[in-house]
Amino acid sequence: MTPANYLIAFNGVLKREALRFVHQRTRFFSSMVRPLLWLVVFAAGFRAALGISIIEPYDTYITYEVYIAPGLISMILLFNAMQSSLSMVYDREMGSMRILLMSPLPRWYLLLSKLAASTIVAIPQVYAFLAIAWWFDVQPPWVGFLWALPAVILTGVMLGAIGLFISSFIRQLENFAGVMNFVIFPMFFMSSALYPLWKMQESSEWLYWLCSVNPFTFGVELIRFALYGKLNGEALAVVSGCLVLFTTLAVLVFNPERGAIGKAPGGKGKP
Amino acid sequence: MSLVEVDQLSHFYPGKQALNEVSFRIEQGRFHALLGPNGAGKTTLFSLISRLFKVQQGDIRVNGHSLKNAPSALLAEIGMVFQQSTLDMDLSVEQNLDYHGCLHGMSGKLRKQRIEEELRRVDMLDARKQKVRALNGGHRRRVEIARALVHQPSLLLLDEATVGLDPQTRAGLNQHVRSLCEEQGVTVLWSTHLIEEIHPHDPVTLMHQGCVQANASAEQVCQQAGTDTLVDAFALLTASKSGQGAKP
Repeated sequence: MTPANYLIAFNGVLKREALRFVHQRTRFFSSMVRPLLWLVVFAAGFRAALGISIIEPYDTYITYEVYIAPGLISMILLFNAMQSSLSMVYDREMGSMRILLMSPLPRWYLLLSKLAASTIVAIPQVYAFLAIAWWFDVQPPWVGFLWALPAVILTGVMLGAIGLFISSFIRQLENFAGVMNFVIFPMFFMSSALYPLWKMQESSEWLYWLCSVNPFTFGVELIRFALYGKLNGEALAVVSGCLVLFTTLAVLVFNPERGAIGKAPGGKGKP
Repeated sequence: MSLVEVDQLSHFYPGKQALNEVSFRIEQGRFHALLGPNGAGKTTLFSLISRLFKVQQGDIRVNGHSLKNAPSALLAEIGMVFQQSTLDMDLSVEQNLDYHGCLHGMSGKLRKQRIEEELRRVDMLDARKQKVRALNGGHRRRVEIARALVHQPSLLLLDEATVGLDPQTRAGLNQHVRSLCEEQGVTVLWSTHLIEEIHPHDPVTLMHQGCVQANASAEQVCQQAGTDTLVDAFALLTASKSGQGAKP
């Protein structure tokens, strides 16, 4: 296999992800509606209750809409990553994952391609959200739109790797719905997406500590700084480290046999 | 000359042995039947050959490539039709085949040419723009066979590929796969529990409860079992313990 073969395979995975996304139009609208509801409704209600002081990377006082925009971008990435993991469980259950795994290319490359492809599919969603958010006075500098791109990709792949790692332990599709509740909501609410962490610290020290070690928090902060043309070195290091760690773990523990055994009577038998 | 060598293959699920030192060979260009009741270990064997499951004991070689030492080279030699459909229902016939070609690193020009050839061979060229969801079961199977052959493998594995199809479609599919052996020189491993799909001269590996019970032509299996028909030989050789048995 030459590098060209690897590239062709990646293009194939990307094309399939994009086609599936295009065919599922409701997925695009729901991915837009969710953060926009938070931006338009939730932020309107909370802007009066939640004052934001001047914090990095902002140079002045900001509205609550501006504050939560990076968190909502991360929310798009989080849901997309978990949906992608969900599709892996679905693919494994329906058998179409077997087509991917029967490629002569290394398994780690195939899984990485799937992670990267699903993140790339999320990029138009992120920029569509930013375009709409512009009308609600979320107006970062133009350079921020460019700087945000690598931050969005890094965060998206990291969240995808976490999702893939978790989905490796899921035998059947039904079990994944519960995991979504135990992963998405805690990750989102225990982060700096909706409120600065010092606010959390005022209420609860242990919750603050949980938020501080949540990789999602660092993804949000990486995007927040990037949107204003700044680099948060700590966030970049943590997101990059988590990306490598969870990708490695996901590839190591990935076992299609697990889903097959799960389908056997009593969970232990012939698939 | 043997294209496939399965050597002392054993596999364990938690609390159960699925394969017990399975060994057999498949001659190049032959239609080789893998016969056994449900639970015999056929799907497990296929999952091992196709590297979906990790080999625990033993080895498999296809065209000289060992699954343990050269899995990528081995996978490039294999095309597979699974028991359950693995087509993407939301994509068109052509898009499904194209995805498969990409995963095998084929260039765009070659993919286009090979997809056209294989779809023409299964008489599905006119349906190439149709979504798979719109196709009936028989047509989906044909598409899966075409897809499995896009990258020109030397071995075609079919795991109970006729399950759920009407008798006429089953017979047609069986005939088509046999023609691939005769005309294209493709080696076929056809897993089934339907004895009517096996011809007297076909080499047969008969499995039961993870073990090989017989490994010879269908006629010879009957002789060895001392029965007149393969149905009786099958019933005799798979009579012990449980097992649903074959359907004549």
